Amino acid sequence: MGGYGEVQMIDENGVRADGRGPGDIRPITIETGVVPVADGSCRMTWGTNEAIVAVYGPMEAHPRKIQRQDRAVLDVAYNMAPFSTTDRMRPGFNRRSREVSKVTQDALESVVLLELYPRSKIRISIEIVSAEAGTRCVGLTAASVALADAGIPMTDLVVSVASGKINDVVVCDLNKEEDNYGEADLPMGIMPNSGELVFLQMDGDLSQDEFKQAWKYNMDAAQEIHKLMVEALNGGDSQ
Amino acid sequence: MNGGPVARLDNMTKKNGAAGPQGNKRGNDLVVPGDDLGDSEGFEAGHGVLVMSGRLKALKQGKLREKGRSISIEPVHTRYIPRPGDLVIGFIEGCTNNLWFIELGAPFNAILPMSLGPGKVDFGGTRSVMDIGDAVLCRVQEVEETHSSVVTMKGMGLRKIRSGVVEEIDPHLLGRIIGKGGETLRRMKAETECRIVVADNGRMWIDGELDGILDVRNRLSEISRDNRGGRN
Repeated sequence: MGGYGEVQMIDENGVRADGRGPGDIRPITIETGVVPVADGSCRMTWGTNEAIVAVYGPMEAHPRKIQRQDRAVLDVAYNMAPFSTTDRMRPGFNRRSREVSKVTQDALESVVLLELYPRSKIRISIEIVSAEAGTRCVGLTAASVALADAGIPMTDLVVSVASGKINDVVVCDLNKEEDNYGEADLPMGIMPNSGELVFLQMDGDLSQDEFKQAWKYNMDAAQEIHKLMVEALNGGDSQ
Repeated sequence: MNGGPVARLDNMTKKNGAAGPQGNKRGNDLVVPGDDLGDSEGFEAGHGVLVMSGRLKALKQGKLREKGRSISIEPVHTRYIPRPGDLVIGFIEGCTNNLWFIELGAPFNAILPMSLGPGKVDFGGTRSVMDIGDAVLCRVQEVEETHSSVVTMKGMGLRKIRSGVVEEIDPHLLGRIIGKGGETLRRMKAETECRIVVADNGRMWIDGELDGILDVRNRLSEISRDNRGGRN
């Protein structure tokens, strides 16, 4: 598996190349209200990832054919800035960004109370300013904070985090090398209050035991990240 | 979302007071979406609160308010939702032969039929009376469940806005501008010698001398800044 030769990313004591233990996540900062013209916004840094999310709406949906008579529609646009990676990203949409937009939209649709705003649209722009690994997780998590900042009713926040397998060891929150040379990747979107999932993908293969371990890492990390999200939301706007 | 809470212990213990909302969360406590507000038994869910499998749940970010048996959340940020009878300032976003579409800063546009427009309008002549981009002072007549809403310009003082400026602030800050019994607003009108019409959708029409208008604008942006880092 892996197929990239012998890349040793974790030593026998369970210490990873960047000094983290198997269940540790990279440092996270969250800030709200960073885009003044938007209804809600969020800047999230996660390791060397950085995402800025702006939420507009609910507003009249245009063109009219996208309107739903019984609920609002979400319009999610995930985009990586040309300067976000070492090799220049070609600006504009590509296959990957479409896919990430789609899964992010599906995940958020299950927490936002869309039926309160029939015929409306909520626009969510996710801009990745700096990309390392796990940008879809950063984008989805930041989007849920931005939605809360915009005062849009939701049943829960969404925390997205990925675990994976490197050198046959399950670890939490892969960084770039681990993502590139690792064997598997399991991003999850979690509702932290109920522990329900709104998003689940898997790249590579995991055995049942490995899957359970990755699941546990993600669930634990979600609780940790949720605390930071609550802090950012309540701290940033307290009067 | 069907029953069976898989809730994690460490997250719930903090707020899970068996005594219900008055247990731990009270007064000006800040909540975020998804927060558990305790048992719903004997409580009424107000704005921003939902009852899910016997528990009260926060839907919005804001301050928790408790009034008698009713638990609600005063959101930190919100969009205007039209209600019948509201005085609003809208911008014309489109017209057909017999009606105008009015943008109110709400999740959906309102229509202004020719019959409720200003004065006499000939069929097909809507655009010559009020064109796209014009601001109008009007009143919400009805809002249907499907969110199609109708505004009217028949009434005292309702008109197309031809002079002055239209400023916009967050609707939930209107209270601060108006003050108790309109005191703050009255003072602002007197001090700046401006005519100010505050509409329910967070827009206001300010008419008067340039210096006065600039003065009002500064005061407004101050209020917005104080309440939310640098909006407007």
